[in-house]
Amino acid sequence: MPPEEILAIRDLQAFYGGAHVLHGLTASIQSGATAVLGRNGMGKTTLCRALMGITPPRTQGSVRFGEAELIGSPPHRICRAGIGYVPQGRRLFRSLTTDEHLRMIDRGLSKRGRWTIDSVYELFPALAERRHVSGVLLSGGEQQMLAIGRALLTNPRLLIMDEPSEGLAPTVVERVVETCRTLLAEGISLLLVEQNLGVATALADRILIMLTGEVALETTAEALLADEAVQRRYLGVERATAG
Amino acid sequence: MASSDGQGNGGRAGATPDRLPAPFPSLAARLVGGGRTGTLVGLALLAIGASWVLYQVLQNGLGDTGNVPNFLIITLNALSLAGLFFLAASGLTLIFGLMKVVNMAHGSLYLLGGYVAWALTTAGVNWWLAVAVATLSAGVVGLLMEQAFLRWNLGQDLRQALITIAVSVILADQMLNYFGGTAQTITPPGELGASIGLGVYGLAYPTFRIFVIGAAVVVGGLLWLWIQRTRFGMIIRAGIDDGPMTSALGVNVPVVFAAAFFVGSCLAGLGGVFGGTVLALAPGQDISFLTSSIVVVIIGGMGSLGGTAVGALLLAFVEAYSQVYLPSGYAPYSMVVTFILVAAVLALKPTGLFGRAS
Repeated sequence: MPPEEILAIRDLQAFYGGAHVLHGLTASIQSGATAVLGRNGMGKTTLCRALMGITPPRTQGSVRFGEAELIGSPPHRICRAGIGYVPQGRRLFRSLTTDEHLRMIDRGLSKRGRWTIDSVYELFPALAERRHVSGVLLSGGEQQMLAIGRALLTNPRLLIMDEPSEGLAPTVVERVVETCRTLLAEGISLLLVEQNLGVATALADRILIMLTGEVALETTAEALLADEAVQRRYLGVERATAG
Repeated sequence: MASSDGQGNGGRAGATPDRLPAPFPSLAARLVGGGRTGTLVGLALLAIGASWVLYQVLQNGLGDTGNVPNFLIITLNALSLAGLFFLAASGLTLIFGLMKVVNMAHGSLYLLGGYVAWALTTAGVNWWLAVAVATLSAGVVGLLMEQAFLRWNLGQDLRQALITIAVSVILADQMLNYFGGTAQTITPPGELGASIGLGVYGLAYPTFRIFVIGAAVVVGGLLWLWIQRTRFGMIIRAGIDDGPMTSALGVNVPVVFAAAFFVGSCLAGLGGVFGGTVLALAPGQDISFLTSSIVVVIIGGMGSLGGTAVGALLLAFVEAYSQVYLPSGYAPYSMVVTFILVAAVLALKPTGLFGRAS
């Protein structure tokens, strides 16, 4: 299936109080997988929150998702428009069991597509065994599965994943990558925000690199992996970039 | 202390071990949140208070001439007062837990519910119908206030506090205008207006107060089932834990807020009807019950239903016993004991007994 534009971001500004974090970010996200890379503090998580309609930050500009304009919409409308959100740090609900995390999702959303509670448990059998355990008592990997699973239940066309590999053991990261491949094969587009170059390039061909609230570079996984200078310049943390 | 999150800083590159599930993630674990020393100090304070009361009660023996009959009546008074506190405070804690709004008009809704029921019953309306109408009217007024003023100011604590204070002042003056400044009492329906024999020491006790205790237990149970067993309850718990994330999962959080505000306000109104029957309705009762509800919620922990029940019991028992069992000459200082209770809870566990840091 040929890639088509799924998200058109134009001149996106984001502010936390007086702090200006996104400076007129413009990007065209194609269907399939896209990774956003960048060092800490470059505005990656702010971008996710702005796309999802979560305040703060306060936002200006335009984000078009198909026919829908997302800027100014509340998060639940954005979710209903077809965007799922897997936030940084999972953000599971401490008062809810695994099963309740899935059962709280609106039936209308879980009926509009292929993902139901049963099919999520099928995808993540480990969760089915722990369905009556409080979400926050799951292992890090299981928590990530649950965060992905509940987002899938809203049957999104685009899944925004903010650092899904963060804090996970390498073998668990491997499983997350496998899961993402499955989702891509199912036709769900991914916007993957990562610090982990390996995860990003394993999943996404198209890479956006963020620097101080703007897209500094659009490249491909292949080109990025081949170019150590660019990696050092935009992603390296071991030494300051040479002027 | 809550176990620190092993996946925080520095865990990025390495293998963070998967966390093991705690065997008892239960009330006990949350109660011990203040640390073992804190729990011991708290239990010691409780034990000192309880043994002092027991000494007072038992010093003249168990007979008819002793202090035991009086103690039983005071205990039942404390229980029915706890019922009233729970009804009023459970609405406050629901609203606060979900919306982080301290509804300073909660006491006014309590009083409004009471006055509506009083006006209806004095006009000859059936008491049970009056209860239903009064409860719903408090709910509707609360909902209107939320929709008209608070919905636009989410997250603006100071504005919300000022708005709800303004509403409470306006409601207080309007109620003074319509219902007058003299204390009024709602007459309970016939079968509940009598007294019931307790079967010990020849004591009798107002049936309605027993009914209030039962009603508080039933309402508490229904609320618990609603929050623990229904999908709407799951959404409320999720919203209390993390509102923005709940919204990002497709939940129309403003509608949930409105529903919770309605239910919370209804509970205030219901409390007012019972309070107006057991005690009295008068200007100033709104502030008095607002204060008690806030104290209950602070003791129990914001947003926790179980905590509200425990807080209501603690506050009611401390108020009732300290008025009677303080050493002679110190009775006027019984108010101080309430503050000692609050100070002790806050010192040992700043989030309240069942509260959690947000």
